[in-house]
Amino acid sequence: MLYRESGDFKTSYSADQQTFPIRLDRHMVYGILAFAFLVVPFLINDYWEKSVLLPFLVWAMAALGLNILTGFCGQVSLGTGGFMAVGAYACYKLMVAFPWLNMFVVVILAGLITAMVGVLFGLPSLRIKGFYLAVATLASQFFLIWLFNKVPWFYNYSASGMIAAPERTLLGIPVTGAEAPPWMTYLFCLTLVTVFAFIAHNLVRGRIGRSWMAIRDMDIAAEIIGVPPLKAKLSAFAVSSFYIGMSGAMMFALYLGSAEPSDSFGIAKSFLVLFMIIIGGLGSILGSFLGAAFLTLLPVLLKNIMVGGFGWPPDLAAHLELLLIGALIMFFLIVEPHGLAQLWRVTKERLRLWPFPH
Amino acid sequence: MSPELLNVLEVMLNGLLAGVMYSLVALGFVLIYKASGIFNYAQGVMALFAALTLVGFQTGQIPFAHVINTMFGTHVETWGPGVPTFLAIILTIGVMVLFAYLVERVVLKHMVNQAPIILFMTTIGLAYFMEGFGDLMWGADIKTMDVGLPSGASTWFETTTASWAAEGSNYPGMYVDMLDVSAAGIAILLVVVLTLFSQYTKTGRALRAVADDHQAALTVGISLRTIWVIVWSIAGCVALVAGIMWGAKSGVQFSLSLIALKALPVLILGGFTSIPGAIVGGLIIGVGEKLFEYSIGGMLGGATENWFAYGLALFFLMFRPQGLFGERIIERV
Amino acid sequence: MAEPTQDGRKIGGTLLEVKNITLSFGGVKALTDISFDIKEGEIRAIIGPNGAGKSSMLNVISGFYHPQQGEVWFRGQKRASMRPYEVARQGIARTFQNIALFKGMSTLDNLMTGRITHMHKNLFWQAIWKGPAEREEIAHRERVEHIIDFLGIQAIRKTPVGRLPYGLQKRVELGRALAAEAKLLLLDEPMAGMNLEEKEDMCRFILDVNDEFGTTIALIEHDMGVVMDLSDRVVVLDYGKKLADGTPNEVRNDPAVIEAYLGVGH
Repeated sequence: MLYRESGDFKTSYSADQQTFPIRLDRHMVYGILAFAFLVVPFLINDYWEKSVLLPFLVWAMAALGLNILTGFCGQVSLGTGGFMAVGAYACYKLMVAFPWLNMFVVVILAGLITAMVGVLFGLPSLRIKGFYLAVATLASQFFLIWLFNKVPWFYNYSASGMIAAPERTLLGIPVTGAEAPPWMTYLFCLTLVTVFAFIAHNLVRGRIGRSWMAIRDMDIAAEIIGVPPLKAKLSAFAVSSFYIGMSGAMMFALYLGSAEPSDSFGIAKSFLVLFMIIIGGLGSILGSFLGAAFLTLLPVLLKNIMVGGFGWPPDLAAHLELLLIGALIMFFLIVEPHGLAQLWRVTKERLRLWPFPH
Repeated sequence: MSPELLNVLEVMLNGLLAGVMYSLVALGFVLIYKASGIFNYAQGVMALFAALTLVGFQTGQIPFAHVINTMFGTHVETWGPGVPTFLAIILTIGVMVLFAYLVERVVLKHMVNQAPIILFMTTIGLAYFMEGFGDLMWGADIKTMDVGLPSGASTWFETTTASWAAEGSNYPGMYVDMLDVSAAGIAILLVVVLTLFSQYTKTGRALRAVADDHQAALTVGISLRTIWVIVWSIAGCVALVAGIMWGAKSGVQFSLSLIALKALPVLILGGFTSIPGAIVGGLIIGVGEKLFEYSIGGMLGGATENWFAYGLALFFLMFRPQGLFGERIIERV
Repeated sequence: MAEPTQDGRKIGGTLLEVKNITLSFGGVKALTDISFDIKEGEIRAIIGPNGAGKSSMLNVISGFYHPQQGEVWFRGQKRASMRPYEVARQGIARTFQNIALFKGMSTLDNLMTGRITHMHKNLFWQAIWKGPAEREEIAHRERVEHIIDFLGIQAIRKTPVGRLPYGLQKRVELGRALAAEAKLLLLDEPMAGMNLEEKEDMCRFILDVNDEFGTTIALIEHDMGVVMDLSDRVVVLDYGKKLADGTPNEVRNDPAVIEAYLGVGH
């Protein structure tokens, strides 16, 4: 009885297919957004920015991107880290080449460049399916990382081989570089993620989203009823890489401040994002956020408990973290292959009846 | 023969020997994939875990010593001088069988009828779990593996090949690591044993039946779960062999688990279901990447081994999406 | 020239014609030199024993298999070799022998996917949603709702199709094909595995579609009663060869057909 949709009538198709059809959901989301935009910036400090909020937003963006490709279009990719690196390096080159360019534009352009690279590496998907494709995307991961390590043009011939984000301002306030205040970087990322989460939702609920899901659920039947597989798959690769590229750019410019290909964007990152969408829920926008939150918060929590609370050495805590994450992934896949998003749906069903059993 | 040609030959020979190692890991993948349709990403970590366990037994390490010391403030490390290599290998095989049993019990049992991709991701989870578990159990420091295999350069081969070179060319002879040669020998032995096992034993026949059709195998009374335990045990033993070889070569450490990533292109090339495919695929990749690095890699800045295998596999896939030895896919509606 | 049938429907000129189709899979001949035509507005049945090549024939028509020899003529033009989705764009929709619905999507989304060949708003408008994309969505939603009413599946509009019982899934699949508003509808065993009541419903739908929308239908079916009642003309295949072609009555009395179905010497 806590959660109700009865009495919430729709009188037009437009009302029926709105983003949050249930009134309670709608109010909850607006509430959360208002809190995130209006309250959090006043409470934020360096620790919350760097350990919790920025990583969450960056990973949420990446998870959105991978979920579009894997969750909605059914093409498993293990090249996420490589595409994030493309975004990061594109962002760096753009920041250096056009210092006057607005940071929002820089990040979006970096996303577009990544989208082009993504389409290129998505081409094999037209002939290769399933595992074979997953392994083929690993090729892009390894090749891209190798490329950014070996070609000095990408890191402007810096001696360390690292790239570092120069300071750029937005409305006179630094948004990148060491001087950027936490609330500024946070708001910047939050704005991007919010806007593009809504866009992702718009894409998946319309014609394009349905053509992705049709390819995912039954590719041959999809083609026979009129979905062009080439367009559907490549558009999924493009949109997905666009998001992942933006996430890479945000990671480099706003969160880390500097980056190096093998450590910042290695294969481990590809797996991390994949885990996020599995735990969060494949084929769910909400799931991307839940998964990102879960896997960003879990290590912070574990570290605080084990290192801060019990005084264990960090390496022990790191191993235990690996073990726990692995166990959790197996647990989730066994108990609920559709992830946290599905758990949330089930909870809602229950809440609708609560406190009555039927 | 000219020294240049001999150099190329040497590169190819070393590529072949490296390829044997790749094949060895790929073999474990193929076994599990054939029997259960699971693409077992954890195969690499299984090799690491097996190697860690073997070294642990050999040196008499106390499992979880690090954890115990941290929690109780004690200083335990070893329980004795360790056991002889032979016994340690037997014990490790026991551990791998126990592991296979537990995997079936705790994980696989619940995963029947799930989509292949879900199963694949489960094994990634398993890989993470085992990596953490192995580190906690035996410690994360780099260990040396010594099971008494010959190692180092073969002087006999060096002098023989030196004599092939033209007079006065000062060719020093080819370098071949004895360890690689013995690895190749063991790999061949392993394949022969596995083939005999699957052709001439009752269990082997059941294995092939399961690989062909799960449902049909169930209806004639084959226990799928027993078969899975057996297959995972065999894959565990293959992992142990791979772990010993790689461990003896470059020490037992985390990077050992990354050989799984090396085996993936081999599988693409050879097909997921073909044992000969895994072997030929491994050899092609081994030779290919060494030759590429030798001839072109230098111009590109080196370290092309990181991605060449994947590029080659991808190239093949564009022409034969089912791999070199995979069965042809006929799509139906 | 349109000639009215007994029940007053209009049968027009040739809509689709296959000429001398030969299809083989690595030596195995699935179809040998098959020719027949489908006239506008008629219900055409393709029958034959299992393995006769009926589904292969439909797959050739929908562009999924490419025959080694022969031509397909659609609406008076010879069809170039094309991908299945291009065939769909030309106005050929179909259902499948083993239900091929998109299991992760709701009934409504499945039907909307059927309209995909009619929707054109690009990525940019889709991303913005408000405006052209939403208007397009609503316009097509209205057409889909008509089909939902027609098939009587209002109650399962938002149910994921994976959860529906078999008979309803078949109905949703018919709905998805109808949503395409195709010139030619190919139905691959629309009544397989249904009980009597469901069969009767399905027959009613097929007749109504043909009657109300004037859609040309080609169907494969094993239930001879249904075939003889529904169809205007029947083509009989056996071992990839054409045995007979004609009205239900002609086919019923054709000695070759009787031999194939009942055996020799009766």
